[in-house]
Amino acid sequence: MSVATADGVKGGIGLRRLPTDTVWGQLGIAVAVSLLLATLLNMFWNWPAELVLPIKIWITDLFRWLDKEATLGLFTVKDATRTVSWILKQPLIWFEYLLWKGAKPFQMLPVFWIAMATLAGFVAYRLRNGRSAVLVAFLVLAVVSLDGLPHILLSLTKALRADPLMEPAAFIGISEWPGYLLELLAPKNKIKPLPWVAVVAGFAIFAHWVGGWRLAILVGFCMSYLAFTGLWRESMKTFSLVAVAVPISAVLGLFLGVWVTRSKRAASILTPMFDLMQATPHLAYLVPVVVMFGAGQVPALIATVIFAMPPMARCTILALQTVPSDVVESGHMNGCTPRQLLWKVQLPASQKTLLLGLNQVIMQTLAMVVIASLVGAQGLGHKLLFSLQQLKLGFATMQGIAIVLMAVALDRVTQAYANRATDYEHRESRSFVEQHFHLVLFAAVIIVSIIAAYFFKDVAILSKKMLLADNKSALELDKSIKQITFFLIDYVKPIRDWLTVYTLIPLRNFYQGTPWIVVLAVIGVLGFRLGGRRLALLVCSLFFFVIVLPGNWEFATTTFYYVSSALIVCVLIGVPIGIWASRSPRVAKITMACCDTLQTFPSFIYLLPAIMLFKVGELAIIFAIVPYATVPAIRYTYLGLRLVPEVTGEAARMSGATTFQRLWKVQLPIALPEIMLGVNQTIMMALAMTAITALIGGTDLGQEIYRALPTSDAGRGVMAGLGIATMGIIADRLIGAWADQRKKNLGVE
Amino acid sequence: MSDDVQIECRNIWKVFGADPAGFMRRHNNQPDTEALSEEGYIGAVRDVSFDVHRGEILIIMGLSGSGKSTIIRCITRLNDPTIGSVRFDGRDLLAASEKELIEIRRHKMGMVFQNFGLLPHRDVMSNVAFPLEVQGLERAEREAKAREMIELVGLGGRESYFPRELSGGQQQRVGIARSLAVEPDVWFLDEPFSALDPLIRSEMQDEFIRLQKMLRKTIVFITHDFEEATKLADRIGIMKDGHLVQLSTPEEMVLNPADDYVAEFTKNAPRDRIVSVQAIMTPTRAKAPKKGTGVEGRLSIGEVAEQVLNSDGPVNVVDKDNIVVGSIDRKRMTKALFGREGV
Repeated sequence: MSVATADGVKGGIGLRRLPTDTVWGQLGIAVAVSLLLATLLNMFWNWPAELVLPIKIWITDLFRWLDKEATLGLFTVKDATRTVSWILKQPLIWFEYLLWKGAKPFQMLPVFWIAMATLAGFVAYRLRNGRSAVLVAFLVLAVVSLDGLPHILLSLTKALRADPLMEPAAFIGISEWPGYLLELLAPKNKIKPLPWVAVVAGFAIFAHWVGGWRLAILVGFCMSYLAFTGLWRESMKTFSLVAVAVPISAVLGLFLGVWVTRSKRAASILTPMFDLMQATPHLAYLVPVVVMFGAGQVPALIATVIFAMPPMARCTILALQTVPSDVVESGHMNGCTPRQLLWKVQLPASQKTLLLGLNQVIMQTLAMVVIASLVGAQGLGHKLLFSLQQLKLGFATMQGIAIVLMAVALDRVTQAYANRATDYEHRESRSFVEQHFHLVLFAAVIIVSIIAAYFFKDVAILSKKMLLADNKSALELDKSIKQITFFLIDYVKPIRDWLTVYTLIPLRNFYQGTPWIVVLAVIGVLGFRLGGRRLALLVCSLFFFVIVLPGNWEFATTTFYYVSSALIVCVLIGVPIGIWASRSPRVAKITMACCDTLQTFPSFIYLLPAIMLFKVGELAIIFAIVPYATVPAIRYTYLGLRLVPEVTGEAARMSGATTFQRLWKVQLPIALPEIMLGVNQTIMMALAMTAITALIGGTDLGQEIYRALPTSDAGRGVMAGLGIATMGIIADRLIGAWADQRKKNLGVE
Repeated sequence: MSDDVQIECRNIWKVFGADPAGFMRRHNNQPDTEALSEEGYIGAVRDVSFDVHRGEILIIMGLSGSGKSTIIRCITRLNDPTIGSVRFDGRDLLAASEKELIEIRRHKMGMVFQNFGLLPHRDVMSNVAFPLEVQGLERAEREAKAREMIELVGLGGRESYFPRELSGGQQQRVGIARSLAVEPDVWFLDEPFSALDPLIRSEMQDEFIRLQKMLRKTIVFITHDFEEATKLADRIGIMKDGHLVQLSTPEEMVLNPADDYVAEFTKNAPRDRIVSVQAIMTPTRAKAPKKGTGVEGRLSIGEVAEQVLNSDGPVNVVDKDNIVVGSIDRKRMTKALFGREGV
């Protein structure tokens, strides 16, 4: 830091002396010198293929080796991944049984016993306290699992493809009797999944508990849509992945976050890793996972967990760091052990941040689960992908809406829960039923709907006749969309062609003709000016070793071209809207609501309108990025302007500034660092989105990842993903350093 | 060390910076101001020594940044001092292991914080019972004790309220009840009333005096308000730039400030309440004890001012057995009332 400030000061003084001391002067020199170099030596223009370091091949080989040969002493890596898959598969199949598959009685045993243990624990908690509750629950599970040990061993050996043990039988049989009971009760020997009525009602009841009638109606509507458009089973497939991935990511993130705050070494390793993971696009996670775990539900789950965990870890770190020092000190003085301090003081006191972290985990999970359809995750994403690939836009629209509504429902409910849980208010003591009204109601709905489902099939799952929209309406929708696009194409086409020919293609050619050394020189100079030698070295080496050396420079220019074109549009749209919102509370309310909603959509969705309007092509790609990435530009502009002290504006007004002068000369300059941070976020989101545009024909790094998927070419996918992440990190560091410097000069920290 | 001393602090330094221990070693444990600023270290507490006696209220006072909060954190080991020694009941506190420290905090120390430090997710009852809960007491037992404490601070009936539903004064009452729940030997209060409105503050000070009359704890109290200090303290220590400038009774401080900095504080102090008659009287020269009538020496000058000012000649000062120990006249009285610079 001290280096940075010293350079800053020197630069400030030198600003008026020599042209070579100004940023522009230095940039000019850098560009000129590097251009000269590039013209003299072709290797500085385009990195020659024979000099490409075969990092991709190494990585691919590494993953192959891990997959095929690597051992960890007693067992191979393959065994380890198989075991992990098996363990993760267990909760997943239970959720699938519960939500859409249905199951044979014996398959439901673990769920039954876990439910029983939870119930016993709850009773113990009521009677005694938390510790005995855990003890009782643990005991129940221990007895059952001990009894079922042969079964478990059999499953494990099967998962490891070892010789199965002899035909297993429970030791005592405790673990099996509910199965017999269920077999007796269930005539067809099969337990049906939960009726849709129960699930929808469950969501609505939960929504009512956390957020009142309005939320209940909204959520009820969203979930009913899934049922009434015949997408229920697909939605439940998606949802069961979400339901399993979220707790795992959340718990994992929580523990990693706690670890980071406890150990300096962990912090120094994990914090940059989280940065990197945040900047790496969804798609890039899929490739190594496919190589290690194959395709299917479980690999999708694993990729999702890895992707959705960092936000939780970050929120945990933030939460623990922002607990007021008084509270922590009082915990110490009351004689808390470190563990008591964590569980009884720090974590509960920062519940709200943690719950917002959970909300982020859920939204990221949903986004990832949809994209994970590329590696064989079933559900809505799979259907949507299929429809997109066949350009069945009607179906795609219906499925897209389903994903959006699911996202909205999950988002609103968890946000309301975060607010509710921290809305501490004492309540008069009431009877058990009054206190647990929602729980009792939910239990009643489940029982009634299950019984009703035996008599009326529509309660279990809606029959085709009952659907409000089915394949036929999807086809009609398809037809009308085609008509509309056909009708619009007359107007859109000239605009599209003009934009493509006169702005996009020249821009692309310009970028693609740029020698890499020029870019290196420019970011080097910027890094040096903004953060001293260390920053310059960091951004330059990242750029050279991750993008140029592995031979990804050409793909990177295309990515850069998409992102920068989209960025211009985003800023041109986002900043004025942000300014507008900062001047009128009503506009602000509407805009922020729109931003919230736009952010809940999984990124996949944004491809839909783009294709509808522009068909496949570069304009469509940019059009898909813009709505997704504009949100932070709007939000940060609005926030930045709101943070400008009232007094400053008043002082300007008293100096006789017009509204425009006040904005242009006073408020915007002060808000600029904040706005630039918004631009930074916009870049990050645009980068994430470009990767996905590979699905509609992008030819950039995203396409590299996409192509690596079916061939399980881990190196290709990983390096492309890291390339995108690197571009994000370079932008982030440069803009961040600039904003810090600027804020310091303005005296706002 | 006498039995009378509860806490003994010797040569405590707390230095913030890159490598405080090395810095202190380099400077022979006696760095001066230049050395600190030159090498970019901050001396929050510098060479502070004092004793806290059993049952007394010791108030440490200073402006913000003077190190008063740091010193209380050094004694409680919320922050470990860079060097120095702290003995608590004769035992070396800095040598105590994490486990021993937790034991000491659980049974011997209670602390009240400026911003209350209440747990937002727990109601009043469970906040007050919290220190007992972490000790592992059964629910019934700890709640009975907590209820007692809640009654003591006058919050009975609000057990199920959450902190955010209470006013600042009420929240601090919860903080006080919680800190007393373990029946600590020493009670630390870190600017307990500074976050409160003036009226509530005064009310809480009275409440504090009431409690201390009942409980007779050893108290270390931090404040930046000199008036509060004089109202509550047995002894006051004034801190400036990490040094303990003066440690004495309020009366001594008003009459004989150690330097200009202390004098500046005492200038507007309510002398009439602080200074006693015997401190400013002319002692009698008579050798044989003589009974007589007059004003009592223990009283504050404010209480007898009217009587002295209304009489023409000097007034006799007597002790509690009505033996004349000195006299006081109008001139001395005015000087004492209005300060050295006088009228």
